[in-house]
Amino acid sequence: MTSPFGVYVHVPFCRHRCDYCAFATYTDRDHLMEAYVHALGEELRRGIDDGGIPPASSVFVGGGTPSRLPADWLASVLVAIPRQPGAEVTVECNPEDVTEALLATYRSAGVTRVSLGVQSTVPHVLEGLGRRHGPPQVNSAAELVASAGFASWNMDLIMGGAGERKEDWQQSLDEVLGLPDPPPHISAYALTVEPGTPLSRSPDRHPDDDQQADRYEWADARLAEAGYRWEEISNWARPGHECRHNHLYWSQGNYRGLGSAAHSHQDGRRWWNVRTPDRYVALVHSGASPVAAEERLDESQRRFERLALLLRTPAGVPAEALSGDLDDLVTIEAGRAVLTRRGRLLANAVSARLVDPGSSTSGPVDAPT
Amino acid sequence: MLDIAQIRNFSIISHVDHGKSTLSDRILELTGAVDARNMRAQYLDSMDIERERGITIKAQNVRVQWKGHTLHLIDTPGHVDFGYEVSRSLAACEGAVLLVDASQGIQAQTLANCYQALENDLEIITVLNKIDLPAADPERCAAEIEQVLGLPAAEILHISAKTGAGVPELLDRVVERIPAPSGRADAPLQALIFDSAYDQYRGVVSSIRVMEGTLHQRDRLRFMQVGANHEIEEIGARTPEPVPVDVLGPGEVGYLIAGIKDVGGARSGETVTTATHPAPAPLDGYRDPKPMVFCGLFPIDGDELPDLRDALEKLRLNDASFTYEPESSRALGFGFRCGFLGLLHMEIVRERLEREFNLSLIATAPSVAYRAFLDNGNEVDVDNPSELPEASALDHVDEPMLKATILTPSEYTGAVMDLCQSRRAEMVRMEYLSPERVEFVYSIPLAELVVNFFDQLKSRTKGYASLDYEPDGYATADLVKVDVLINHVPVDAFSTIVHKTQADYYGRRMAEKLKELIPRQMFEVPIQAAIGGRVLARETVKARRKDVLAKCYGGDITRKRKLLEKQKEGKKKMKNIGRVEVPQEAFVSALKLED
Repeated sequence: MTSPFGVYVHVPFCRHRCDYCAFATYTDRDHLMEAYVHALGEELRRGIDDGGIPPASSVFVGGGTPSRLPADWLASVLVAIPRQPGAEVTVECNPEDVTEALLATYRSAGVTRVSLGVQSTVPHVLEGLGRRHGPPQVNSAAELVASAGFASWNMDLIMGGAGERKEDWQQSLDEVLGLPDPPPHISAYALTVEPGTPLSRSPDRHPDDDQQADRYEWADARLAEAGYRWEEISNWARPGHECRHNHLYWSQGNYRGLGSAAHSHQDGRRWWNVRTPDRYVALVHSGASPVAAEERLDESQRRFERLALLLRTPAGVPAEALSGDLDDLVTIEAGRAVLTRRGRLLANAVSARLVDPGSSTSGPVDAPT
Repeated sequence: MLDIAQIRNFSIISHVDHGKSTLSDRILELTGAVDARNMRAQYLDSMDIERERGITIKAQNVRVQWKGHTLHLIDTPGHVDFGYEVSRSLAACEGAVLLVDASQGIQAQTLANCYQALENDLEIITVLNKIDLPAADPERCAAEIEQVLGLPAAEILHISAKTGAGVPELLDRVVERIPAPSGRADAPLQALIFDSAYDQYRGVVSSIRVMEGTLHQRDRLRFMQVGANHEIEEIGARTPEPVPVDVLGPGEVGYLIAGIKDVGGARSGETVTTATHPAPAPLDGYRDPKPMVFCGLFPIDGDELPDLRDALEKLRLNDASFTYEPESSRALGFGFRCGFLGLLHMEIVRERLEREFNLSLIATAPSVAYRAFLDNGNEVDVDNPSELPEASALDHVDEPMLKATILTPSEYTGAVMDLCQSRRAEMVRMEYLSPERVEFVYSIPLAELVVNFFDQLKSRTKGYASLDYEPDGYATADLVKVDVLINHVPVDAFSTIVHKTQADYYGRRMAEKLKELIPRQMFEVPIQAAIGGRVLARETVKARRKDVLAKCYGGDITRKRKLLEKQKEGKKKMKNIGRVEVPQEAFVSALKLED
């Protein structure tokens, strides 16, 4: 069996910047699109030539707004990526960009999975998030995607936007689950205030942790009832619809990022490209490497990182990797400690109790209770 | 050896801020002891803290010449905490200059110092200072001094230590009025140590006054109170630069270096005699000052414990009046229980530890030394509230009392009485010194005075009231120990002994404060204040619900790992109370009781 390998393609262009977004994405660089697509092709070719990009088991195009690129340009990049048979290929789309033609072009380029950035179905919540689409686009995009013949698809939702009431959140999820063809995979993110974003500067719009916790717990129960299984902190899927590419991240797998600000990982070495598309294009075109920086993890860091990532998933960690009294935050099953619903929300605090199984002096020192 | 008839030994005594250090500076200049080029303000205050706070902590002395006479100016500590050192300095003098700020008049320490000088039979020269200030009212002040202290108004000198006006006349008056010392050069030696300081190169340098006999460079000495013999390394006079001499005769003031390693071996009040022809008895008045106020000092970083121990040892070389012993606290880790002469002394020691030894410390709330009487007839001294025996075993508890003298403009009479009443003080006496000025004498528990009393007094009287106090025995009171429990575990650092009537207030406030300061944990944390098993107050820190990062994809992993690593690092700095993690800052903030 060939080992899993992922390719991530970053598309840094957006029509509009959402004020909670901290991604490397730009609204005023559309003139760079063509040069950017060429640079992606060039970076890919170099990676293939030097052996850094073996055939991929999964490809993920994220952003930014990948659907903002002319579909055939994106297709030209995708077809050049070497793939294993049956590879999963995902493209993120904004609902307002989705057309039959766009989806057909994606399909012909080997796309197997679409991820729709819906966020909410409630108009005033969408407005509060600074999104440009409304419920009609959501419905029509969902219908188009569902009938386009993709193996799977996903919807992104956000909980905790400004002005979102409990009922609004429940309505969004109920409406999504009530679609004639509901998405087989759902990502539901608690809105996070990222430093440096416009949102971070208006504290009155910051979500309340306790409210978000309530909404998360409600959503998890609602999704379970609708036949979705918890896949990772913010992801749920019907059986067989897990996102393979994301599981690569959570299992500390190897992947290569293409494009500005894209991150890569190979056996404990993590590196990332320069952040702006301008510099990325300039570097690649001049024949230089677009890598901005890298870090090399030592053995103990790698072990800790691996456990912290696994802890976010139902795979859990070996029970002995957690120290101290964790009450109802984890359950132990077949020697593995897995986060409970309440524990998932406190995954950071639980991660701080991870002890390094590789070192003899084990872990944090706790006073006896 | 000086001609004893030409010697004058005197102190300047005053309330704080009435200009003592400035006057000392002027005298040094005027007598040519320090030339203008080398002059700096507060010349005799050698410690940074003394200059910054504008107070004298260590007694200093200097020998100056004035019109054929040798004057020894002995600078006394300027704070009530160091009252005993003041009394030893005064014992080295024949006279005192009573310095009163002409804009403020008599203050509490003016009275206390004046009474102390009279007890020592000193000739008092009364001086009104700061007559150049627009607010100065020398006539009124002079009348008050005559009325209150019985010192004739007509003889009061008017000076400005700042400009130097009237200072030569003052020195003339010192020569004319203050008697020359008495003492026979051939008598057995009796020399009084009235201050000792530690010098890292020379060991202990003591200030001495020869009362009887003659001190020769070659003498072998006996320190009568500690019962130790020492060889002289050097004797001399401060001019103010130290100048070695071969002989110090009767009446002379100077310094003595005798290879002593810490000031505890040469305390204020010690009598020095010769080993070969010792005096039959030491001088009167030796006392070993007992600490009055206690607190725990803990390094914020536990790794600094050895540094704190070293620093305390070094500081004690220079200050024999504070005590320390190891203490272990569940909440704060390892540290030291320290005893001090008073609150200012406590602040100074703490400040010196932090400043001179670069330590970061947590201090527990100041406590006093209680006497617990047990049902079984035993008696226990308790200077650490967490060590008070269980109520069931206690018969009663006594607390140290003070006699406090408060002087205030009469318009603040009500404010002062209200404050004192709220602090369990009982009025002993109230007297109008003049229509505008009232003197109160209260009997007040020391424990009430150490909590913010002076600041309150100042703020309620717009800064006009002044305070002086002295120990006044012990009294039985209805005292209880309030414990604070976090998640049912008592936190020793917050245990306190209070009067029964104040227990609820303390308990409620501590619980409320801790509720704000303790970060939410993975589970609910009850905070309780209790007397024994009786809960006075309860607050709950709700369980934290969410800390997880929503997204964790390719580009998030490095950031997330760094965040978790930082979080693990931060965890090490937490103190664990049971299974509750409390940041060190929470203890520090909770122990700041000033608000």
